[in-house]
Amino acid sequence: MSEAPAAQHAASADGDRPEGIGLLLRPPAPRAGWRLLPTRVVAMCAVELQKLRHDRTELYTRAVQPALWLLIFGQTFTRLRAIPSDGVPYIDYLAPGIIAQSAMFVAIFYGIQIIWERDAGILNKLLVTPTPRAALITGKAFAAGVKSLVQAVVVIVIAAVLGVALTWNPLKLLGVAAVVVLGSAFFSCLSITIAGIVLSRDRLMGFGQAITMPLFFGSNALYPLSVMPGWLQVVSKANPLSYQVDALRGLLLGTPAHLALDFAVLLVAAALGITAASSLLGRLAR
Amino acid sequence: MTRDGAEAVACTGLAHAFGETRAVDGLDLTVRESEVFGLLGPNGAGKTTAIRCMTTLLPVPAGMVRVFGHDAARDRMAVRRLLGYVPQQLSADAGLTGRENVALFARVFDVPRRERAERVGQALAAVGLADAADRLAGTYSGGMVRRLELAQALVSAPRLLILDEPTIGLDPIARTGVWEHINAVRAATGMTVLVTTHYMDEADQYCDRVGLMHHGRIRALGTPAELREGLGARRRAAGAPDTDPLPTLEDVFRDIAGSGLDEQSGDFRDVRSTRRTARRVG
Repeated sequence: MSEAPAAQHAASADGDRPEGIGLLLRPPAPRAGWRLLPTRVVAMCAVELQKLRHDRTELYTRAVQPALWLLIFGQTFTRLRAIPSDGVPYIDYLAPGIIAQSAMFVAIFYGIQIIWERDAGILNKLLVTPTPRAALITGKAFAAGVKSLVQAVVVIVIAAVLGVALTWNPLKLLGVAAVVVLGSAFFSCLSITIAGIVLSRDRLMGFGQAITMPLFFGSNALYPLSVMPGWLQVVSKANPLSYQVDALRGLLLGTPAHLALDFAVLLVAAALGITAASSLLGRLAR
Repeated sequence: MTRDGAEAVACTGLAHAFGETRAVDGLDLTVRESEVFGLLGPNGAGKTTAIRCMTTLLPVPAGMVRVFGHDAARDRMAVRRLLGYVPQQLSADAGLTGRENVALFARVFDVPRRERAERVGQALAAVGLADAADRLAGTYSGGMVRRLELAQALVSAPRLLILDEPTIGLDPIARTGVWEHINAVRAATGMTVLVTTHYMDEADQYCDRVGLMHHGRIRALGTPAELREGLGARRRAAGAPDTDPLPTLEDVFRDIAGSGLDEQSGDFRDVRSTRRTARRVG
């Protein structure tokens, strides 16, 4: 045994401690039950917002694609009048779909961040904290939701600049925020679930690429259910993105929507996603 | 050496296999409260797997691992509340400041808002990072990142600090700096420290006791002096002259693990992780 630590222990036993570490001698009182979940969600969301504050590059680069969809696809198809759009200009009809798409794109690659966190040791460190896996995943899911929400705000501003007639009713905008967060929670959990199965970044990239476009084109983001072939209608009805888009259209444009059903589907999808991702998180920790 | 000889960690017949590979194979180990215990061994000896079992990262059957009396299988949340863990990789988030990195762990350990900022500040000051607290961790040197990780672990006032290769890849000055902070905090708080390392000089200098692992089990256990003297006595009994220099802890390590290449030593992921960490700190 080295001599120095023995001497230091003697000092510590006498209470001769360095100044200014008093709080580090007292463990915090543990939270339990329902109070644990909100603190973990807030902690994970705070991290995402802090990262965005330090580096907004991703926010700007991710805004390019939705801007192009609205500018090129939206304006061109508005002129063509080829797609029925519930009585509103096509670019207006398209805008909620693009908001949902850009939010989904943020969330669907969230599993890559989890794999990066695993490789960097961050995930293991979080798993050694008093945080149940379901709470950790819920926190990550809502953090993805917050990140997507910031992205959605950028797209909403672009849409407003392009003349899309969006609502500015605060209550409806709050509903929009809830829809974006719930949808992103599901898609991020889908991504984490796939990460828990494939375990590597490269494979997850492949899966992400493979499912992103089918989810987008297999929804009502670009065109209504009525113009789809029968088989695609079935896909679209099973696709949570369709319910997200339907709710966003109803809230932002005032078009007919099934808000209760949309929220119910998104809530159930998010809950199922959190359950699946939590159950596979242990595979990533090994 | 210890305050009362109570057990901080007790492993009884701990075993864990990955497929057909028995990474830990009947590990019996006791870490006493308030000591600095070094878990040594070659790559693939089972050190990291054993630590993952102790930290609840890997599932273990009931009764095999106890941390301050709490069963790691049945009472995982209670065990985690007692732990501060620094993994082998450089695990601070480069996209956050030092203060934000520590605040995250204050939040997930339920530090109340009214004392969070002060506690985070104390943890950063305890590792000498008060002045760099508001810089992004991505701008830190390797030694600073290690100290930041130490602050993350300390913010919850753990009773057991577990460090997996804390000085891997660091230059000698940074290594000394990390150990000085570990020792200073240990002295001030009386916490137990369990550390794995490949550096025998560090184990000799800073650990109260060491356990040498090989093929998933403890092959030698004692203070560094006891292990050195034990090997010296065995060599003299085998006919070595008294004039031979006293063995070092590295000699003990070679005596236990052998000096030849072991084809089973560490899997690809272990080696990649080690090299990545070394590259990032270098």
